[in-house]
Amino acid sequence: MSDSGDSDVSWIFYKDRPEWSDLTPVPENDGPKPVVVIAHSEKFEDVYDYFRAILQNNEKSERALQLTKDAVELNPANYTVWQYRRDLLQALGTDLKSELDYVEAVIKQSPKNYQVWHHRRVLVEWLKDSSLELELTRDALLQDPKNYHAWQHRQWAIKTFGLFDKEMEFVDNLISEDVRNNSAWNQRYFVMNNHHGWTDMNVQKEICYTLEKIKFVKNNESAWNYLRGVLLHDKKGISGNTIVTSFCEELYLNKCRSPYLLAFLIDICEEAIKKEETNSLYNAQRALELCQSLATKYDKIRSKYWNFIGEKFRKYQKSENI
Amino acid sequence: MAFTKKDVTLSEDRPKTLLLQKHSDYLASYGLNKDDYEYCMTEYLRMSGIYWSLTAMELMNQSSRMPKEEIIEFITSCQDKESGGISASIGHDPHMLYTLSAIQVLAMYDRVNAIDVEGVVRYVASMQQEDGSFFGDKWGEVDTRFSFCAVMCLSLLHRLDAININKAVDFVLSCMNFDGGFGSKPGSESHAGLIYCCVGTLSICKRMDALHADELAWWLCERQLPSGGLNGRPEKLPDLCYSWWVMSSLSMLNRIHWVDKKNLEQFILACQDPETGGFSDRPGDITDPFHTLFGLAGLSLLGNENIKPVNPTYCMPQETIDRLKLEPQILLI
Repeated sequence: MSDSGDSDVSWIFYKDRPEWSDLTPVPENDGPKPVVVIAHSEKFEDVYDYFRAILQNNEKSERALQLTKDAVELNPANYTVWQYRRDLLQALGTDLKSELDYVEAVIKQSPKNYQVWHHRRVLVEWLKDSSLELELTRDALLQDPKNYHAWQHRQWAIKTFGLFDKEMEFVDNLISEDVRNNSAWNQRYFVMNNHHGWTDMNVQKEICYTLEKIKFVKNNESAWNYLRGVLLHDKKGISGNTIVTSFCEELYLNKCRSPYLLAFLIDICEEAIKKEETNSLYNAQRALELCQSLATKYDKIRSKYWNFIGEKFRKYQKSENI
Repeated sequence: MAFTKKDVTLSEDRPKTLLLQKHSDYLASYGLNKDDYEYCMTEYLRMSGIYWSLTAMELMNQSSRMPKEEIIEFITSCQDKESGGISASIGHDPHMLYTLSAIQVLAMYDRVNAIDVEGVVRYVASMQQEDGSFFGDKWGEVDTRFSFCAVMCLSLLHRLDAININKAVDFVLSCMNFDGGFGSKPGSESHAGLIYCCVGTLSICKRMDALHADELAWWLCERQLPSGGLNGRPEKLPDLCYSWWVMSSLSMLNRIHWVDKKNLEQFILACQDPETGGFSDRPGDITDPFHTLFGLAGLSLLGNENIKPVNPTYCMPQETIDRLKLEPQILLI
């Protein structure tokens, strides 16, 4: 981990640099006292005193651009520094390609920071060049496959510049590596929804893909949620697709009691009731029993939820009996 | 493998009671004996820091320990004359996040007139885009967080008329996902923190009817792990701040009773530091004002009687919301 503290021996304070002697540093204007009594680390204080000075003078110079780098290194989350840096880039007509390299390096150090990713996006917009974005986000996602910022940036680049071509392959690889990666499942939906479209054939293909993954790990919230998402586009609903229902029944017969399977069966029952298509498998009685087994055995921490849902089926049962 | 989950284990010697006095002392001295380097690192979010600390103090009925007049003066000097927006600290650029924090603090103090209210209204309205979304600042980052900032801020000022509410709601609804949750933008993954922002927006705009309430509430309940704590997305570790984001969303949905309250309370209490005071993200980590507020607010929602009732939409004391005669919508079951 890089140390931005005071251990850097070669560091020269701005106050000791002759080329900065024309500028009077501006200390932090303290706010309410007990909330703000500060004895800053010396380096931090020095850099930010000079940053405030250039800000106050609205100085647009190469040395100011260099200073913002030091300020960013000490605190990449300081949004004012980034904003001023962009003002400088525009005023000085700096080569934006080298700025892309620079922000990539900062992203590598602080991948979970709103400001750096936003800076990246502004640069890509200015350059109208997205050729490096898929690789940049891929690298960030290799480090942390659930990095929200990286996913947002990737989706933005894909949508804005039409980079859908190889995205499904990327998603497949991530899901193969970690079948529970909810971000990857979300991206799968994003690609289907915005690119491939939900034709009948695509719906069937996605169902088969998801069932394969569920077969592999049954207790996977993300895959079950995705299955529901796909079935939103199936005209026959979640109870009408025999591939899905027979898959679920087979799991159940093979003693799988994953809460997600049981919850799914409950939903099939509910849809059958609403469509007035109940049968010996899908009816209020079975749903009620499933709720009870979840509440008392398979998902005890959510027993209150399952009891509540169970009540709903008790009411259905009563109206069935009338 | 099939049943493994990412979670933490609560140790036997964890705190099991609420250490109110410790938390009050912690917040009162925050910045006095805090590690200096870390403190100046947080200058860029000072305004929110004040909101977290003051709200926590209000909920503990200890706000007299905060320097009221100095805080108000600080806020006044953070308002940008030109745009009307408010910044995190003096000399910083105005931003929606800090504009909201400032208005929340002034609302609790009943002193919104200390600033140029029309300026704030103008600033917030200027951030709305054609599609109903909101920028966070002049650089144009769009996020559902900023939609929530906008409607909360304007409702506290009784000036919701200054923006196009229907469009604001439409944008938030365009971020609804196939699992019933919400992300930061259309297509972004569902995330409990952003769900709070979106449900909160709909609560203030009185459009809770647009939610798929049962589906969303189930997704939120699924966030509870065996330790009792809540995570923000599937397969992530529990974090105390989600106690607030998940529980407040469930409160607005009127389905808070669906989680295991006893286990969650144990987890929240375990996140206290009995030596320094304050709450941390997970048991044993370093405490901070952000998690301290969300720990206390979470306990308030769970019905702890030593903490004042908190409003689930605004994350402010209910008494403030009542004084302002605001009635954010709670869904009828």
